Amino acid sequence: MNYSQYILLIPLLPLAGFLVLGLFGKSYFNKSAGIIGTLFLLVAAILSLYTAYNYFFIDGKVNGVYQSIIPFKYTWLSFSENISIDMGFVLDPISVMMLVVVTFVSLMVHIFSLWYMKGEERFSTYYAFLGLFTFSMLGLVISTNIFQIYMFWELVGVSSYLLIGFYYDKPSAVAASKKAFIVTRFADLAFLIGILILGFQAETLDFGTLIQRLTDIQSSQFIGITTASFFGVSLLTWALTLVFIGGAGKSAMLPLHIWLPDAMEGPTPVSALIHAATMVVAGVYLVARLFPVFHINQASLHIVTFVGVASALFAAIIACTQTDIKRVLAYSTMSQIGYMMFSLGISGIGGENGLGYTASLFHLFTHAFFKSLLFLAAGAVIHLVHSNELKDMGGLKRYMPVTHIVFLVACLAISGIFPFAGFFSKEEILLASYESNKIVYAIALFTSGLTAFYMFRLYFSIFWNKQKDLHSHHGEGNMSMKIPLWILAVCTCTAGFISFGKYVSADGKELASHFHILFSIVPVTVSLLGILLAMLLYKKENGKPQAISNSLGGLYKTAYHKFYIDEVYLFITKKIIFNLVGRPAAWIDKNIIDGIMNGIAGVTASISSAIKGIQSGKVQSYALYFFAGIIAMAIVFVYLWK
Amino acid sequence: MLADFFILMKAELVITLLIFTLLFLKIGNKEWRNESLLNIINLLLFINLLSGFFIAKEGTLFGDMFRTNELLRFEKNMLNLGILIISLQSYHWLKQHKHVPEFYMLLLSTLLGMFFMISANNILMFYLALELSTIPLAALCNFDLHKKIASEAAFKMSISSAFSSGLLLFGISLLYGTTGSLNFAEISSQLNGSPLQLFSFILLLSGFTFKISAVPFHLWTADVYEGSPVAVTSYLSVISKAAILFVLVSVLYNVFQPLGSNWYNMLFVLSVLTMIIGNLFALRQQNMKRFLAFSSIAQVGFILIGITGQSAEGSASVIYFVLVYLFSNLGAFGVVALVSSLAGKENIDDYKGFYTHNKLLSWVLAISLFSLAGIPPTAGFFGKFFLLLAGAAKGNYILITIAALNMVISLYYYLRIIKAMFMDENKNPVEKINAGLQPKLALAICMIGIIVTGLISGAYNYIYSLVK
Repeated sequence: MNYSQYILLIPLLPLAGFLVLGLFGKSYFNKSAGIIGTLFLLVAAILSLYTAYNYFFIDGKVNGVYQSIIPFKYTWLSFSENISIDMGFVLDPISVMMLVVVTFVSLMVHIFSLWYMKGEERFSTYYAFLGLFTFSMLGLVISTNIFQIYMFWELVGVSSYLLIGFYYDKPSAVAASKKAFIVTRFADLAFLIGILILGFQAETLDFGTLIQRLTDIQSSQFIGITTASFFGVSLLTWALTLVFIGGAGKSAMLPLHIWLPDAMEGPTPVSALIHAATMVVAGVYLVARLFPVFHINQASLHIVTFVGVASALFAAIIACTQTDIKRVLAYSTMSQIGYMMFSLGISGIGGENGLGYTASLFHLFTHAFFKSLLFLAAGAVIHLVHSNELKDMGGLKRYMPVTHIVFLVACLAISGIFPFAGFFSKEEILLASYESNKIVYAIALFTSGLTAFYMFRLYFSIFWNKQKDLHSHHGEGNMSMKIPLWILAVCTCTAGFISFGKYVSADGKELASHFHILFSIVPVTVSLLGILLAMLLYKKENGKPQAISNSLGGLYKTAYHKFYIDEVYLFITKKIIFNLVGRPAAWIDKNIIDGIMNGIAGVTASISSAIKGIQSGKVQSYALYFFAGIIAMAIVFVYLWK
Repeated sequence: MLADFFILMKAELVITLLIFTLLFLKIGNKEWRNESLLNIINLLLFINLLSGFFIAKEGTLFGDMFRTNELLRFEKNMLNLGILIISLQSYHWLKQHKHVPEFYMLLLSTLLGMFFMISANNILMFYLALELSTIPLAALCNFDLHKKIASEAAFKMSISSAFSSGLLLFGISLLYGTTGSLNFAEISSQLNGSPLQLFSFILLLSGFTFKISAVPFHLWTADVYEGSPVAVTSYLSVISKAAILFVLVSVLYNVFQPLGSNWYNMLFVLSVLTMIIGNLFALRQQNMKRFLAFSSIAQVGFILIGITGQSAEGSASVIYFVLVYLFSNLGAFGVVALVSSLAGKENIDDYKGFYTHNKLLSWVLAISLFSLAGIPPTAGFFGKFFLLLAGAAKGNYILITIAALNMVISLYYYLRIIKAMFMDENKNPVEKINAGLQPKLALAICMIGIIVTGLISGAYNYIYSLVK
C-alpha cells in the first residue's frame, strides 16, 4: 500500500478549511461555513480510518513487530551535516491511533457545533479556527522530528488561545485565553531548552535516530549526555525533565494546571475537542513518543510518576467541590490525564513490563470518547439552561432524554463500570500500578472512588434532584447535535472491547489482553461505593451535602478554592516577581537602557550629520579619500596589524 | 575541439551574438517601433537566459586564460536573469527613448565584460574584462541625454573608475613583479606575505571594493546612483556588484588564500566601516534612489562578513545572499522605476499615502524592503542569517554584534518607507499607476524569487553543493 498518495491530505484538508474559511468565509459563506468545514474534516477522518486500517491490518507489521513507517519526509532547513529540521510524516502505532482520535473527535465537534454555534456572528471564523487547530494537532502527532513537534506544539497553543478567547467581548474569556497562553508559554520555554540539550547532545533532532542513540549505552552520545552534569544531575535527566515540563504545561499537570479550568471560558464544543480529547493529552503523547529515552533514565520517569499521581488525586479532590459543571469536567480531565502520566511513569519496556505504556495510551484512547461526550452533553445542558452553575440545574431528565442517557453512559465509563470503555483501560492502569508500585496503586484506587463520586454528583445534580420549571423551551436540539452524542456514546460502550495491547505497546510487539475478573472486584466496588454515596447525597434535594461541607469546614473550603494555587501564583507574580524583579527591571529599563538607547539615537543622528560633509559631491575630494583609505590600510595592515 | 570551444564559451558567444544582432537592427533601413523592438529584445534576453541552462561543460581555454564550471555557469545565469528583469522593468522609460538599440548594446557589452571577468583565470584577463564592464557603464549613466545631473553622474563615474583602475593596475604590476606570473594559480603559489605583496594586495582589494562600493571607496556611489536613470542605477547596484562579488570571493578564496589571515583583518575593518557608514548615510536620505544606494552599501558590509568565514559555507552564503539580494533589490527598484517614469516622483516624501491608489505596488515594495531588512520569513532573513552564521564560525563575536546592531538601525530606515506608504497621510498621493505587462512580469519574478528562495532550502543547498 502506498501511503504517500493520500496521506498528506489528512493534515492538509483541515488547513485548507482554515484558509478557505479564514480568507473568504466571512464575506461569502458565513452561513454555510459549518458545512464546508465539516466536509473537509469528514474526508480527513475517512482517510485517517483508512490509514489506520492499512497500517494495523495490512502492512504495519513485520515479523510481529509494528514498524515505524515514514512515507513522507522533506528536509526543510539543514544546519549542518548532522542536524536538520525536517517536515515529515511518521506512521507508528501511537501516531496512527492519535490520527484517528483527533480527526474523529474533531469531526464530532464540527457536527455538534453546527447546531451549538448557529447564529453566532463569527460562525465562519469559529470553523476556521477549528480547522487550524485540527491541522496543528495532526501536524504534532505525525512529527518525525523533535523540532517539528515543537513548532506544531506552539501552533496548537496559538489556536487554543484563539478558541478560548473566541468570545472576545467577554473580559473573562480574554483573561482566560491570556492565562492559558502565558502559562503554557513558560512551560514551552522549558521544552525548548530541553529540545536544545537533547538535540545538541544527541547530534540529531530526528526522533528515530535520537531514541536509538540515547538508548544505546555504548554510543558516544549516550556517554556524553550522561556523564556531563549540571548541579550534580546528569544532562539527560535535565533535558528529559525540561521536556516533561513542556508536556506538563500542555497537559495541565500540577502545578502548571491553573490555566485549564479558566480555559472553559471558550465555547463548550471547543472544550470537548481541545481541553478534553486532544490538545491536553499532547504531554502524554510526548512522553510516550520519547518513552524509550525516559525509560533508560529512571530519575526522570519517577518525576513523571510523581507528578501524574499527585495531579490525579489533587484534581479529583477539587472536582468534588466545584459547582461549575465545566470546571468539574476540567478537573476531571486533569485527573484522568494524571492517570495516563503515572501509568507511563511506572511502565517498563518489553512484554509484561510494558503494560503501563499500553494502558496509558488505551486510557488516552477511551478517555477521548467519553470525555468529549461528557463535554458535548454538558454543552447541550448549558445551551438549555443558559448557565454553568449546578444550582440552576436539576430534574433535567424530563427535558432532555437523549442527553440524559448519553451522560449517564459517559459517567459510568469514566467511573470504570463494566462494560463501558473506561472500565477496561482503567483496570489495566490499576493492574500495572498494582504490579509495580503499591502506593501508587492505593492512591489511584482512592482517586477512582472519588472520580465515581464527583461524576455522579454531577449527574444527579443535573438530571435528578430538585425539579425546576424551565421557561425557555427550545428543546434538546436537532439531529446535528444528537448524532455526535449517539456516535460517541456507542464508541464509549464498545471501545473497551478492542484488544488494544495487540496494536499499541512499548516495543511494538503484541501484548495479550489483561483482564482478571478477580482483580477487578476491588476497583469496581470502590467505584460503586462512590456512586452510591453520590446517589444518597444528591439524588433528592436535601441538606446533607451542605451539612457535610460545613462539618469539613476549612478542608472543604481549601478544596473549593482549588487549594489556593491560583492565589499562590498571584502572590508570587504580583508581590514577588513584580516588586522584586519587575520594578527594578522597569527602573533600569526606563532610566538606563532607554537612556543608552536615546543616547545612541542621538549620537547616531549627530554623527550622521557630522559626516555628511564627506559626501561633498566633489570628485577630486572623493579621489583624495580613496587614496587616503589605501594609505591608511597600507600603514595599518602592512606594518601594524599583520 | 572546436565544439568544445563553442560550448565552453557559450554564454559569452550568445551575448556577442545579441550585440551584433542589435547593431544590425540599428544600421538596417527599417524603422522599428520602440514597443516592438523592446518586445523582441526582451524575448531575446529570455532566450539568452534559457540557453544558459542547457549544454554545459567544464574546462579551460586560451592556455588557461579562461575557465568555466558549474558554479560559474550558475553565476552567469543569475546575471542573465537579473538583466532580463531590469530590461522588463525599464520598459516605460525606454519606450520613449530614441536610442534603444544603443542602450542594449552598451548594457550587453558590460555584461560580456562581467562574464569574462567571472571566467578569468589570469589577472590580465581579469583586468581587461573589468575595463570592458566599466567603460560602457559610464556611457550608460549618461543615458538620460538631456539631463545635466546624468552627465555629472557619467563624468564622476568615469573619473573615479579611471582613478581606481590606475591603482588596480599599479597593484597588478607590483604583484607581477613579486610573483613573476599573471596566472592565478601560479600567483597563489608564489605568495609569501612580504610587505610589497601586501601593499599590492591592498591596491588590488581597493579596486574590488571600489566596485562594490565598500567604505572608504564608496563616495562615487551616491552621486552616480542619483544621477543615472533608474535602470542603470539598479544595474549598477545589483548586477555589477553581484559580478564583482563573485570574482572577489573566488579570488580571495582561491588565489589569496596564503594571505588569509591578513585579508581577514582587512575585511573585518572594511565590513564594520561599510555597515556603519552605509547605515548612517541611509538614515538621512530623502531621495529614493540615493536611499537605496546607501542601503545597498550597508548590505555590502554584511556580505563582507560572510566572506570572512573563509569556508565553503562562507562562499555559499555570499552567493546565496547575492541571489536573494538580486530579487529584493530589483523588486524595490522596479517599483521606484515605475513611480519615477510614470509619475515623475523620486522622493521618499512622495511615497506618503502611496497605498491609497497603488495597493499591489505598495505590497511589492514592502515585501522587497522586508527582505532587504532581513525580516522572516522573506528570503532576506535567511540570506543574512547564513552570512552571519558563516562569519560566526570564525568566532569573531565583535563583528557579529556590530552586525546585529546595524541590522536594527537598518530596520528603522526600511520601516520608515513602509510607514510612509501605508500610514502617513498625503493630500496628493501618487495616482494609480498602470504598470503594464513587462514591469508586472518583472515584479512577479522578484516576488516569487523572494518567497521561493526563502522558504525552499533547495536554493542554498544547491549553491552549497556547487561550491563544495
